[in-house]
Amino acid sequence: MSRERILKRIQRNRPPAVALPDVPAFAPPSGARRARFIAAVEEAAGAVVPLEGDVGAWVQRACPDARGVAARLDEAVPGAWRPGPDTPPEALAGLDLFLCKGTLGVAENGAVWVGEAAAGRRAALFLPEHVVLVLPCTALVDTMHEAYRRLDVRAAGFGVFIAGPSKTADIAQALVIGAHGPRRLTVLLR
Amino acid sequence: MKPPPASTDHAAAASAFLADEARAGWHDRALWLVRRKRDRAAAAVPEWETLRTLASAVKAHTLSRLDDYLLQFEAQARANGFVVHWAENADVHNALVYDLLCRHGAQRIVKSKSMLTEECGLNPYLEARGIEVVDTDLGERIVQLSGEPPSHLVMPAIHRKKEEIGALFHAQMGTPEGLSDPAALTAAARTDLRARFFRADAALTGVNFAVAETGGFVVCTNEGNADLGVHLAPLHIASMGLEKIIPKAEHLGIFLRLLARSATGQALTVYTSHFHRPAPGQAVHLVLVDNGRTAHLGREGFRDALKCIRCGACLNTCPVYRRSGGHSYGAVIPGPIGAVLMPGVDPERYASLPFASTLCGSCTDVCPVRIDLHGQLYRWRQVLGRRGRGGASKKWRMRLAGAVLSRPRLYRMAGATLRFLLRWLPRRALGPWGRHREWPDPPAERFGTWYEKQRRRS
Ligand code: SF4
Repeated sequence: MSRERILKRIQRNRPPAVALPDVPAFAPPSGARRARFIAAVEEAAGAVVPLEGDVGAWVQRACPDARGVAARLDEAVPGAWRPGPDTPPEALAGLDLFLCKGTLGVAENGAVWVGEAAAGRRAALFLPEHVVLVLPCTALVDTMHEAYRRLDVRAAGFGVFIAGPSKTADIAQALVIGAHGPRRLTVLLR
Repeated sequence: MKPPPASTDHAAAASAFLADEARAGWHDRALWLVRRKRDRAAAAVPEWETLRTLASAVKAHTLSRLDDYLLQFEAQARANGFVVHWAENADVHNALVYDLLCRHGAQRIVKSKSMLTEECGLNPYLEARGIEVVDTDLGERIVQLSGEPPSHLVMPAIHRKKEEIGALFHAQMGTPEGLSDPAALTAAARTDLRARFFRADAALTGVNFAVAETGGFVVCTNEGNADLGVHLAPLHIASMGLEKIIPKAEHLGIFLRLLARSATGQALTVYTSHFHRPAPGQAVHLVLVDNGRTAHLGREGFRDALKCIRCGACLNTCPVYRRSGGHSYGAVIPGPIGAVLMPGVDPERYASLPFASTLCGSCTDVCPVRIDLHGQLYRWRQVLGRRGRGGASKKWRMRLAGAVLSRPRLYRMAGATLRFLLRWLPRRALGPWGRHREWPDPPAERFGTWYEKQRRRS
């Protein structure tokens, strides 16, 4: 068995015990957290929209041409249907717009954590053309350290930090937005 | 894919790369730009150096208790509903993956980037058995279509010009002839691969980090290709090297803050996906692969190389890598990290790699987990030199230098002779060094005389 042989070799070859260091608390960066978050999302080619009214009105205003629209939010979005765990991926691939809730935003890199419960189906975060994450201002943290202190990544089953739209620079180092996944990523901050 | 040569001659392979001066120059500048992006990203994090120290220490701790953490991970991963397998070498790994595919009746698989499966030669193994393997990372897809290995850890097709990629896509995907616009080519690949994601019976991924405490694993991509693969296919196989393990989820904070900034200068990859449970109706298999890692763990002075998180920063900064291209290393892992890992795999075949370095130490300066890369390169030279693999011409030159430098009178004589000869010597006398270099102008007097004069003056 590979397993036993591997474990035996490790026991023979591993170095003497080294202590696990503690992760210190780092001083919070200067400047408003919200402004840092917005700058980081934009740096990652995403957009942040401070939301005053309701999401439905924003959709009608900002994406009037969106044909397939799906949403998993507490409030109703006119014309949107609600995907769930049984939604076939083909239906998701046809979406112009998918809106769902983000759990937490990280100011240092513009990433938003979304768990599979919020997305309904994992693929819903990757197949639509434009993904919109609705995030309360109170859900912003400074760093990844703080993010992991707040999140229970195991309980989420599947969860992902999303920082901007899908992108690649694999052809001659030219940045292209929209590699395999969404071509646009918007965070609605309220 | 072509079989690799029996032994790598880095200098000869580099000459071939340098023959195309325009390409070589572009390669050098493009990677240096990435290095500068990394510098800016690192400078924006005040605790950057502390994070590097922490990352290195967490890995050192984990390696010192690797067996415990692997067992903890195995138990927790099983509790999460994953099936865990162990593979002591590439053959066992490949056979295991093939067997899983057969049992699930999988004919077509999509694969996201994984240096480990490159190391195991998984693609040719599966293709020889009638499985269709499609690499889905754009750079990996490009090198797959052109039948060559990746030349960089995170930018697999960095050695290719956009015109070449255009011609390749024209031949293989029917894009219009002469099309070389990166956006248009990316769009064509997106359409082609979207259809393949939907047809796939199984998705293979690598693993960036595996968390012992939670039994979960993390996969990072910018394109979203790993996620599209695994969320559409009924079977997910994730292959990971044993060294990918970290103790707790909180440690992800350290490594994720370092990884993308070191790799491309981004603050984080676009998608950092955490898997802790199979999707409804999906099977997830994890393969823990040794393939020489436990042996490397026993090599004191070299074991730190197992801390590597494959960010590629040491490649981008290396003056030799930038000017010789990834393929010149003739190894799955190129650049400084390849040059310290590969001689452990096969000291004969990869003997030239530790010498493909100026020992400038830039790799060590940028490494996010503080691997003493240039120290290891130096130590490999000692090991390989003792085995007679230092290169014959270097050996007699060093002996000669040693003899001259230890005899003051001989040294003074040699100096006078050289000052005279420098005017007439052909560049060829320098060996390979003379190819792109001129002799310096001979100084008018010897250093000793000059020094005496200065002292008297002051
Ligand atoms: S050795 Fe260090 S710098 Fe090089 S790829 Fe590995 S982690 Fe990155």
